[in-house]
Amino acid sequence: MIYAVLSLAVLGALFGIVLGVANKKFAVEVDSRVEAVTKVLPGANCGNCGFPGCSGYAEAIVAGTVSLDACTPGREEVYHKIAAIMGVAVGAAKERKVVQLLCKGGRENAAFLYKYEGVQDCHVAAAMFKGPKVCSYGCLGLGSCVQACPFGGIQMGADQLPVIDYELCSGCGVCVNSCPQHVLKLVEVSHLVHVRCSNKEKGKQAKEACAVACIKCKLCEKNCPEGAISVVADAEGSIAVIDYTKCTNCGICVEKCPTRVIEKMLPLTTSFVQNKDFTAGQPPTGCQHCGLCQ
Amino acid sequence: MREMLFIIIGAVLINNIILAQFLGVCPFLGVSKKLSSAIGMGVAVTFVLTLASLITWLVQICILNRLHIEYLQTIAFILVIASLVQFVEMVMRKKTPDLYQSLGVYLPLITTNCAVLGVAIINIQKSYTFMQTFANSLGNALGFTLALVLFAGIRERLEEADVPQSLKGMPIALITAALMSIAFLGFSGLL
Repeated sequence: MIYAVLSLAVLGALFGIVLGVANKKFAVEVDSRVEAVTKVLPGANCGNCGFPGCSGYAEAIVAGTVSLDACTPGREEVYHKIAAIMGVAVGAAKERKVVQLLCKGGRENAAFLYKYEGVQDCHVAAAMFKGPKVCSYGCLGLGSCVQACPFGGIQMGADQLPVIDYELCSGCGVCVNSCPQHVLKLVEVSHLVHVRCSNKEKGKQAKEACAVACIKCKLCEKNCPEGAISVVADAEGSIAVIDYTKCTNCGICVEKCPTRVIEKMLPLTTSFVQNKDFTAGQPPTGCQHCGLCQ
Repeated sequence: MREMLFIIIGAVLINNIILAQFLGVCPFLGVSKKLSSAIGMGVAVTFVLTLASLITWLVQICILNRLHIEYLQTIAFILVIASLVQFVEMVMRKKTPDLYQSLGVYLPLITTNCAVLGVAIINIQKSYTFMQTFANSLGNALGFTLALVLFAGIRERLEEADVPQSLKGMPIALITAALMSIAFLGFSGLL
């Protein structure tokens, strides 16, 4: 018994000493800046920077192989902090992007093929005759993007369309990849005019499928003074598309569109979560009329 | 010398540690996606396994047998292997950071790799001498490396191959491993 205890203790102590010496001898210097940068990053591991996680990006920053403003969720704030840690002068950061929903076919507007009572996941619904709506291009409204958003920036609105909190939205694009219908798109925050439809069918079919559908009348194309909006055709069909590099947010197309598919938002300043308690009767700036507060 | 050669060949081909004795299957499936990391893992295991077997043999003969505390074999061996893996990890992190990165979690997993403990115990069970222990553990480690590298090569080609959707990834890997195991049965009449 005493031998057993002693021999194991001696063996353990021996190996402990060897490891201790080795630890000193083979110590690896870890750059303290890696830890500092990792701490500053949001830690959502969204992968938008092109690295598997925030720590991977932090290592690349310290190694000096990437630009410092690749973290879209962090916005300028994080960029400035990283620049301070790395001792680099702050340049103009890229304009932040937010996600836009290109569909207005909620429960009220869209026509339905059948009543879906399956798993509450857009991917599953999309596999059943391209979803329960007549329009096979539109939002399915089951909230895969709500689930996917690492920042809690998407909620399901009263009309079964996702409502995006542009304050919380970091532009990481995780929801864009989670949407089987591809109705979410990342757009710079200063662009306010959007075509809220993705239906590429001919005008008549599109109109039958949804009350708010692009019917390819080309009124927007004819009236746009900048030539920024046009009905673009591809193999599937055609749809009005805005060239955001040319659009000046003038809103003429919004007035001309007969189905009110084109929408001009108010400048994005506030969060719908913060605005829930407004009482004055006047919706505040940034209101998307989602109806969540009512 | 002849006998040592037989032990090595027997360990590499006939009683291959993975494909005939089914030890160390975790790293076999885990680190076989890329040929380069498979080779790295093979080298790491070869080093750890050979060294661990020799030290455990010494521990068994000089301490456990002499003090009649053979029942402490498992814990004493694990102690040796765990310390050795820690040591190898430190050295690799310093000397070859790239290899350290690519092996990732599997390097510490050598600690609980049954192949290492298995070979150490087999050496004692067969009452090998010190040199025979060396030959047997080196042979087993080479056999491990051989199987791992062959498997990684096959899996790299499988990535490109048109595999049915339901079999993609791990299922086809397991089937491949089983076929390799059957193929290695052919060596059983070699010696």
